[in-house]
Amino acid sequence: MGFFRTLAVIGAVLFSQLSTADLVIEVTDWVKDPTKIAIVPFRHKGAAIDQDMAAVVAADLARSGQFEALPRDAMYSSPSAADEVHFRDWRALGVDYLLIGRSSATKKRVNLEYELFDVHRQKSLIKSRVGNLNGQERAIAHKVSDSVYQKLTGIAGAFSTRMLYVSVQNNQANQQLYRLILADADGARARAILKSSEPILSPSWSPDGKQIAYVSFESSRPAIYRQVVATGEREKLTNFRGLNSAPSWSPDGKRLAMVLSKDGNPELYVMEVATRKLKRITRNSAIDTEPSWLPDGKSLVFTSDRGGRPQIYRVNLLDGVTKRVTYVGAYNAKASLMADGKSMVMIHRDESGYHIAWQELATGRLIILTDSSLDESPSLSPNGSMLLYATKHQGRGVLAAVSLDGGVKFRLPSPSSDVREPAWSPN
Amino acid sequence: MKNKLMSVSTSIIKKSVFLAIVVSFLAACASNQQQADADAAAAAEAAAAAEAVASGADDAESVEVSIDAAANLDSVFYFEYDQSSLTSAARAALDAQAAALRSGVSDVRLEGHADERGSREYNLALGERRAKAVADYLAIQGVSRSRIEVVSYGEERPVSLRSDESAYSLNRRVELK
Repeated sequence: MGFFRTLAVIGAVLFSQLSTADLVIEVTDWVKDPTKIAIVPFRHKGAAIDQDMAAVVAADLARSGQFEALPRDAMYSSPSAADEVHFRDWRALGVDYLLIGRSSATKKRVNLEYELFDVHRQKSLIKSRVGNLNGQERAIAHKVSDSVYQKLTGIAGAFSTRMLYVSVQNNQANQQLYRLILADADGARARAILKSSEPILSPSWSPDGKQIAYVSFESSRPAIYRQVVATGEREKLTNFRGLNSAPSWSPDGKRLAMVLSKDGNPELYVMEVATRKLKRITRNSAIDTEPSWLPDGKSLVFTSDRGGRPQIYRVNLLDGVTKRVTYVGAYNAKASLMADGKSMVMIHRDESGYHIAWQELATGRLIILTDSSLDESPSLSPNGSMLLYATKHQGRGVLAAVSLDGGVKFRLPSPSSDVREPAWSPN
Repeated sequence: MKNKLMSVSTSIIKKSVFLAIVVSFLAACASNQQQADADAAAAAEAAAAAEAVASGADDAESVEVSIDAAANLDSVFYFEYDQSSLTSAARAALDAQAAALRSGVSDVRLEGHADERGSREYNLALGERRAKAVADYLAIQGVSRSRIEVVSYGEERPVSLRSDESAYSLNRRVELK
């Protein structure tokens, strides 16, 4: 028993391309007056394609909560070129914008020409084309969604991005199967990139989106791993006695902030990834954990209970000066900074439970974004307009998303497992 | 509930000994401080006897009734919300474990756990702090630190999957293995 006995890691950790059940999106809150858009089925010629790209675009825009797509059976016509568009018909349907397109495909490639119109001004807003390999229709559709979204809202779309999350399934013998899953931001094309009978947590993207870091217990104790997304190639970065947790990539991609308790209790460290050289950042008998970088790479925010309860602090990496950042509430944890470095999102507890909240750094102004009671693991979209988080719904672990203005909410439950620990890709 | 929980306890010493049956009986009815103290004494006695018997005991009969003395000691210790201080019940149970460990040679693994509320990484740290509180207590009782391994699972391995206070109180624990 114990120390030197090899504790069996039941079920070897293995890479897998096995497809896994995709998450299903349930939009629960929309903006008050969503923009109405008609997305006409794209006319297709040539080799067969798998996906209805217009339907993917419609689902993308609807999921943003800012658009309402006109149902297809309400359309009077199906134009695929500008000279087939009768604006009066679309105006009569109450549509503000109209998207049409034509696709063509060989067995190797798919191309899509598309055009976006302002129905009221009878004006073309975008006329463009996008192509990819045959089989990548979803990627093409997400690009179209990105460009439409950007044109109409002024904010870069995040439909072409991906996410990581952890799924957990219990078998009949009450053994757990943990999977680290990579999926499109809409939950589609989910595949396991790591499987283990031991816990996996804290997935974190490198800023270029090519690598990830995470914590895996596959050796019966926590260790931090780095993995190349495209190839699955990976290495163990730390395996110290005690905690090896909460890896977070620096904005320049060269360093990883992390938490190690090798010197007695949980402290923040920064590792130079190329050399694995470690620099200790905190010296405190309390818990210090969950480091997250400020965009300039010169400071970290982190969770510490040095004041008796978990609160967010900020440490300057050059001089070590540390300041408390949160004062509202008895529990604030797991902060991550917005891209402008002026505000952050975090877990905040109030009398009704644990929620995701937004706080402005300069003023301390706090806004609670979510209303469920076991919310955790906030992860911002690259354009900063939404965040993914984990919560419990009807007794199951689910992912959910909320817009930073609080107006749009959707859930991404998995049909077959508990899901948690979302990490939205940076690009 | 206590007895049910003890079924998850794991042995730390394996010695064939008749006396352990007595410990088993006592542990099964242990429910208060006084009783726990009796357990501790009995466990120490049992362990000492085990030492004595183990050297020469290879007769078939003792093997047949082999009972794990430590298996009947409490090996799961519970904590309050966001706390890592030991309850008096945990201390009493640990006194018995320490007595058994002092007289044994096997290593011990302490697995710290938290309930599901709040952030996962903070809960990992909290689980470690709890397991270290148990390790410190065992060390004060004379168990060598080199024999103690501490691992935290945070909220990743709950005993109860429900989301209510009774589930949380079962999940905030340290398991001695």
